[in-house]
Amino acid sequence: MLKPLKIEPTHKTPRVYLEPETNTFELGGRSIPEDSVGFYKPILEWIDAYSESPNPKTEFKFELEYFNTSSSKNILELLKKLEAIFNKGNEVHITWYYDEDDEDMEETGEDYKALLQVPLELVMKAHY
Amino acid sequence: MQVNNVIFVYQGEVTADLVSSVLQMMENKLDGDGEDKKVKKKVFNVMVECLQNVYHHLDALESSNVSGKINDKRALLMIGKEDTDYYVITGNYILNDRVNAVKEKLERVNKCDKEELKKLYQEILSNEEMSDKGTAGLGMIDIARKSGQKLGFDFHYVDENYSFFSLEAKVSRVQP
Repeated sequence: MLKPLKIEPTHKTPRVYLEPETNTFELGGRSIPEDSVGFYKPILEWIDAYSESPNPKTEFKFELEYFNTSSSKNILELLKKLEAIFNKGNEVHITWYYDEDDEDMEETGEDYKALLQVPLELVMKAHY
Repeated sequence: MQVNNVIFVYQGEVTADLVSSVLQMMENKLDGDGEDKKVKKKVFNVMVECLQNVYHHLDALESSNVSGKINDKRALLMIGKEDTDYYVITGNYILNDRVNAVKEKLERVNKCDKEELKKLYQEILSNEEMSDKGTAGLGMIDIARKSGQKLGFDFHYVDENYSFFSLEAKVSRVQP
């Protein structure tokens, strides 16, 4: 079985929890590294390995607070890999969370949704 | 451009560590000032793009092999706060043969309304190749989208190799 990938968050990079056994697929926090390619490389490679034998259903959560434009291209790559898993007949569901007062994060979610066929749901997180 | 209330100014070399420190310091400052969460997020986002833009640009200059008389690694970073807007201003040396391309890009971005910027962003996001640094030509568009206002810019001829490029992005302190 594929080993889980766990990356703890820093003030510039997001938390990444990828654990097929518990059906946990999460990326959250801030993604503003200067070298986004270096940061996302192991994540994209992990998804490549996962796509060899994915779970019947993959629920991937994005819960980003900030991200820079150099991360945006890498996030699209990640989403495209999830789309490829979906296109092979597996169930894939992506949830894109945004804060209720963060219209920029909502719009970015819409941008991705417009570019992809894989189910991507935008979910507002309300403040209590 | 004239900003009366400067809250941060830096002139010198721009390293990854410096960018991190400035962002952290400014984030604390915005928190401490009790700025509206929406405004804070936008200002932070615009700062990230503006500062990293300068950083990546200077990184690229390093491999250009132009031996000029000036220290082309020096840049200017300035953040100002007025009654109605925050200002993020950057200034850096740019090779003369790059001036037209950058100017055209900025003019194109400034001609776009909100919807056109969204389209342009999606187009470049999905079509253009990423450089090995991960920069994708999206920076200026993203700054314009988050700013919601026209970008200010200027190119000042320095010598046969360089011009000085300054960029000004505003974020309104009154968000709908």
